[in-house]
Amino acid sequence: MDTEPLLHVEGLVKEFPAGASALTGRAGGVVHAVDGVSLDVAPGETLGLVGETGCGKSTLARCVARLLEPTGGRVVFDGADITHLSGARMRPLRRNLQMIFQDPFGSLNPRRRVGAIIGDPFAIHGLGGRAVRKGRVQELMELVGLNPEHYNRFPAEFSGGQRQRIGIARALALRPRLLVCDEPVSALDVSIQGQIINLLADLRTEFGLTYVFISHDLSVVRHVSDRIAVMYLGKIVELAPSEVLFERPRHPYTRALLSAAPVADPDAADSRRRVILGGDVPSPVAPPSGCRFHPRCPKAREDCALTEPPLEPVLGDPDDHRAACWHPLQAGEDLTAAPAPLPGGVR
Amino acid sequence: MALLEVEDLRVSFDTPDGVVRAVRGLSFTLAAGSTLGLVGESGSGKSVAVQTITRLTRGADVGGRVVLDGVDLLTANEEELREVRGARIGMIFQDPLSSLHPYHRIGWQIEEIIRAHEDIGRAAARARAADLLGLVGIPRPETRVDDYPHQFSGGMRQRVMIAMAMALSPEVLIADEPTTALDVTVQAQVLDVMRRLQEEFGTAIIMVTHDLGVIAELADDVVVMYAGAAMERAPRRELFYRYHHPYTEGLLTSLPLRGEASGRLRPIPGSPPSLIAVPPGCPFAPRCQYAFERCSITPPLAAVLADPRHQSACWLPADRPRQESAEEAA
Repeated sequence: MDTEPLLHVEGLVKEFPAGASALTGRAGGVVHAVDGVSLDVAPGETLGLVGETGCGKSTLARCVARLLEPTGGRVVFDGADITHLSGARMRPLRRNLQMIFQDPFGSLNPRRRVGAIIGDPFAIHGLGGRAVRKGRVQELMELVGLNPEHYNRFPAEFSGGQRQRIGIARALALRPRLLVCDEPVSALDVSIQGQIINLLADLRTEFGLTYVFISHDLSVVRHVSDRIAVMYLGKIVELAPSEVLFERPRHPYTRALLSAAPVADPDAADSRRRVILGGDVPSPVAPPSGCRFHPRCPKAREDCALTEPPLEPVLGDPDDHRAACWHPLQAGEDLTAAPAPLPGGVR
Repeated sequence: MALLEVEDLRVSFDTPDGVVRAVRGLSFTLAAGSTLGLVGESGSGKSVAVQTITRLTRGADVGGRVVLDGVDLLTANEEELREVRGARIGMIFQDPLSSLHPYHRIGWQIEEIIRAHEDIGRAAARARAADLLGLVGIPRPETRVDDYPHQFSGGMRQRVMIAMAMALSPEVLIADEPTTALDVTVQAQVLDVMRRLQEEFGTAIIMVTHDLGVIAELADDVVVMYAGAAMERAPRRELFYRYHHPYTEGLLTSLPLRGEASGRLRPIPGSPPSLIAVPPGCPFAPRCQYAFERCSITPPLAAVLADPRHQSACWLPADRPRQESAEEAA
């Protein structure tokens, strides 16, 4: 990366205690939600994070936004190490680092008026008097496509898409540099999804925002991201510029994920060769040895279960395309022809 | 010859806020062995419509006809309905956990269904249950029949639901957002199971979903619903490549396009109307970029287009110019 990254994440680990069983007296284990993730995000860039339920993408986002304190590793934002900063010491930095959430219903206090919700950041940071604040809030409402006259309404009077706009206005209030978006359009209908995606794109251009954009929807991530990181069981398995990732995936999991996502195009759907993985994602309490994907991988061999593959460029790829795989896919390789995965991953 | 015919279906609910007209004159036919995709956004009435087919919408005011093999299910008595539910029409829902009894073993729950309809012993029913679990791709079915629902993962539970729905070899399987709660790789597994079962048993499927991708993958015919009514119906390719209705166009251009990472999306402005006060005329008119005077006055009838299987409830001429999906918005 030529410029200094705005966000630098190094060997990030986040563990949660898994509940001990009162019934059997068995000690609880540890959920390895994020297990050694390193990545950089350049100013003005959009980094997409994709993966299935439980892969750790939301936990990673919450650690980056410091809503959670990482167990290990480092989070450096704009040159400052924020890994273990206390709430009070984090506060001045929050102006530059904001988050948008998935659920536009759960993330807005139903008893407070929209104007007050969006104006909170000004109040918390002691910026401007009452009248100034109201003006700023109404500007923000206009910016995100809400009617400023609805300043005194309650969240319940808005539709899902409009509530997501409220969340965006609140996040933008202090002109942050980095916005962490956790599934910002997943709860919305397609026709509304498009409105929010376009809004985020406009804001990015207007304010030179940097995004970390999390979604399980590959086509959305492809549309908005410059680079994409694919996560599986707490690790990044592949990291590449968007188009490269979609056209020349190296990791079998990336290929399986891409081929499994339904595409709204009958010709493409009919001609596609689907890689159907066996089994489910294993438990993050006791992740498989070696490469965590090996029990479900059509290409797995003995060595995959022994040592964990590093995330690095493979087969002469440029430095910005990294995959963690001992047996990466060759150009044009057909995964559907590979033998069925080991039954170990089933159940 | 249609296996199932839905004719002018109307469903409304009396609520403290007013009468919610959830389904407003929906008609479609389902051919034996085929898959009909019912697509629409939240509140389009798609789920209410299919739940009404087996009369699961209690307390609703229902009108129209739902004819299965010459019998109108909307006027059938309880006993006739019992013969139909499960045995001739199977159903699976979005959330398998709430559809399975948490206290009973999976095998027992499947046996109950079989024994309620057939005169068959416990042992034989149990063997059938294990067979069914094997059929939907659950490993070691002979031992897993003794497991409880919580011992299955989300994807495996949905397979169990499919096994239960298929237990009596119904002619029709109604699947209401069956894969919405699942991750994509698991969704692919479940859709694959449904496809294989259909090939093997010739079951007709009504697939209710908001996901145009799922529709593109497996529907033969598609009905696009909006505000409780069908906007457009067509065979799959016809709908995706030669759509007529502006709402269908809006849905398709809202999606991030395949192979085109940059450029703007063209979402539909505004939001759907309240089903308590549906606007007169075409329900989509307030959000439609092509709307003219007549649209907000008179509701359009379903006009047949060049392909006789293609109908669109829209006042625009049949050969209206459409925005090409690859085209950039001005």
